[in-house]
Amino acid sequence: MISLSLSEKVMLGTALLGGMAGVVGSFAVLRGRALVGDMLAHAALPGVCIAFLITGHRDLLGLSAGALVSGLIAIGAVTVITRWTRTKEDAAIGIVLSTFFGVGVVLLSIIQKPSTSGNKAGLNSYLFGEPGGMLNSDLIVLAVVAAVVLAGVALFFKEFELTCFDSDFARSQGWPTLWLDLAMLAMLAVVTIVGLPIVGVILMAAMIILPAATSRFWTNRLPVLLLVSGLVGAAAGLLGTQVGRGYPAGAAIVLTASSFFVVSLLFAPQRGVISTLLSEYRLRRRVAEEHLLRALFELGEAELPAVPVIDVQVLRDYRHWWSLDRLLERAREEELIEWSANHVQLTPLGLRRASQITKAHRLWELYLVRHADIAPDHVDRDADDVEHLLPESLVAKLEQELAAEGRLPTVLAEVPDSPHVIGAEASGSVSP
Amino acid sequence: MSSNTLMLAFAEPDPGIWIVLTGATVNVACALLGSFLILRRMSMMGDALSHAVLPGLVVAFALSGSMGIVPMFIGAVAAGLLTTFLTQTLHQYARVPSDASMGIVFTALFALGVILVKQFAGGLHFDIGCVYQGALEYVPFANRVWGLPRPLLSSLIVMVVNIFVLILLWKELKLSSFDAELATTMGFSATLMHYLLMMLVSVTTVASFEAVGSILVVAMLIVPASTAYLLTDRLGPMVVLSAVLGVLSAVLGYWGGMHWDTSISGMMTVAAGGIFALAVLFAPQYGVISKVLHNLRMSLRVLREDLLAMLYRIEELKSTKSLTPHEAQTAVGGTWLAKIATSQLERRGQVGERDSRLILTEPGRDAARQLVRSHRLWEAYLVKHLGLPLDHVHVPAHRVEHYIDERIQKEIAADLEPAAQDPHGREIPE
Repeated sequence: MISLSLSEKVMLGTALLGGMAGVVGSFAVLRGRALVGDMLAHAALPGVCIAFLITGHRDLLGLSAGALVSGLIAIGAVTVITRWTRTKEDAAIGIVLSTFFGVGVVLLSIIQKPSTSGNKAGLNSYLFGEPGGMLNSDLIVLAVVAAVVLAGVALFFKEFELTCFDSDFARSQGWPTLWLDLAMLAMLAVVTIVGLPIVGVILMAAMIILPAATSRFWTNRLPVLLLVSGLVGAAAGLLGTQVGRGYPAGAAIVLTASSFFVVSLLFAPQRGVISTLLSEYRLRRRVAEEHLLRALFELGEAELPAVPVIDVQVLRDYRHWWSLDRLLERAREEELIEWSANHVQLTPLGLRRASQITKAHRLWELYLVRHADIAPDHVDRDADDVEHLLPESLVAKLEQELAAEGRLPTVLAEVPDSPHVIGAEASGSVSP
Repeated sequence: MSSNTLMLAFAEPDPGIWIVLTGATVNVACALLGSFLILRRMSMMGDALSHAVLPGLVVAFALSGSMGIVPMFIGAVAAGLLTTFLTQTLHQYARVPSDASMGIVFTALFALGVILVKQFAGGLHFDIGCVYQGALEYVPFANRVWGLPRPLLSSLIVMVVNIFVLILLWKELKLSSFDAELATTMGFSATLMHYLLMMLVSVTTVASFEAVGSILVVAMLIVPASTAYLLTDRLGPMVVLSAVLGVLSAVLGYWGGMHWDTSISGMMTVAAGGIFALAVLFAPQYGVISKVLHNLRMSLRVLREDLLAMLYRIEELKSTKSLTPHEAQTAVGGTWLAKIATSQLERRGQVGERDSRLILTEPGRDAARQLVRSHRLWEAYLVKHLGLPLDHVHVPAHRVEHYIDERIQKEIAADLEPAAQDPHGREIPE
């Protein structure tokens, strides 16, 4: 056996634990069972106490066996309660969690009475975690469990994947989904229970959820998800024990994992908050710009094909604007308009874009009037919402359809007439 | 003089009374809110909040320098609202599944709390073990405020506040629990109610911590209410019943804790869980046993009817074949239930035995005729209206025949007129 210093053992152990918690946690989170880890962690306590009362000493294997048994009984109890009564799953989990833990507290206080024999040191670690007490044998147990769990996942990857994403389909294909589900739960139970003495009850629940939720921000593919959450969990274990020296190790590990989560939450490329906000901002900017172009087109429509100069004040009164000046500024930079003091004029490029947008808007209005049977004075607002999202191909199709029915105005083949009074929405009048 | 002795007698009752009183007020305060948590499917929010208030408490302690009731409540409310807000936001804007987002927020806040305890409250008596298990045993020796032990006083205040809010906002809470959208369209914000409820849960949690520990709080928030949910269908009785069950758990838990000389709050949790287990088994309508009995009765009825219909069909074919009880029981599935069904038929005088062969009696034949009529009417109906092929109608009719009463028979018969034959060409008996 290679001899390791205590801190090396702790690092290795927490990294192993974080890694496998990340992998089994991914399945749990995908199955909507994020809080089952929490329940298992609490429900293990009576088993730990009973195992201690029977064997009279603390060793990871014996106590874990007790914990596993009571964890499995707890899962059974939740299943029975939800299947046989009208108690909902969240309530069943809460009830079993608290009742089992209550039994554990009762047993613990019996054990801690001076009259009970045995070496009680280390039992408390099941509540709050004590990675500092890691023994060589504990490390071996962790390594074996990690190997078994990873082998199980590798072996049944396809089956687990299908059960996670579409269990009805899996069942209809003849897979034993109940057993696969139980296998996933059993892996979750085993990992939770070997982790308990290291990080404690609450924080073990976190180790199940956090790595999986973190990696979910970065990928939509299960193999990548498993890999990334395994790595995130292991890294949280390694860094947490290093950075958090002098602090309770379980809490330090969980806070490290939480900071990975927060970073992902903010900066992940597609699902992250910043990128979501950015894309929302870009959309809003495009919508505002399209409204500007259409307003300019409609204001000068009577004088086409000449492109008239519009008074900014007229434009300002035409509809409600969020900071018109910034909008004009940006449109000028993109060479869509020419703007001086209080006069605006579309450039040839701007006119082309404006007529396209107005066309899309009016075609959609015509379509709504024709097919959705919406009154002409009500379509403007609806079309407003949709026009920005109409793809070119759909606009072309609408144009064809309306032309085939002879409804596409031929006078202005480029842009059809509006089915309602222009400016009705701004002035607030609804009838022509 | 006499009033003085009375005061004394009031001021120092048996220490056990203080413990039971404290346990009972905590349990009632929690149980009152529990019904709403359960109906909103937010049972785990109690667990989450009871852990997530820890950093709020530590920060409140660090800022105020005391463990006074007011700073603790403020810290708890702040942390509780933060938890609620973060959980909602993660779910809504970052599309984290709602249970996972709750799990993340409360465990992360709890971890933060543990670190903060180490940082700010190291020298202080801020025992996390005590947060878990509580110290109900020490309530009689706690500091007295207005003659009451402090834990009792704080839980009493919270209980009164909870009762007051429930009475004041009863219909708003009720409506937003059952139909949040309707509540919002009617003008009172379901979101506001949600935050209010979460605030009450946080405060209740903290008031209860000192006395009973977080685990009893989690249990008392949902276990008595879940028990009540199995016993009644109406919100008012459910809330009252869960409060009563809370008191009962406190009394039983105290008794058990003293009897076995163990943690009293642990025993109260176990008592609440035990009462729930009893309800799961014995609840008159939703209990497992009543469900099993109901299923049993149903299966027996179906078996009896199948036996009758089988004997009728044999008679109808004018076959010389007749069945021994054993053969008949095998034909309907051969379970022990079939044996019971046969003896029930004999006891009711619908079936008799001749030369150890089963035969229909007159009342039995009438009952059987109605069943076969239902069966064949349904077959004819399926063919006429659903266009099912002939070989597909027997199985559904075999299932449905037990549920077709006289009214439906008449309706189908009127619809099928004048057909007097089922699709297989057999007569539909009157």
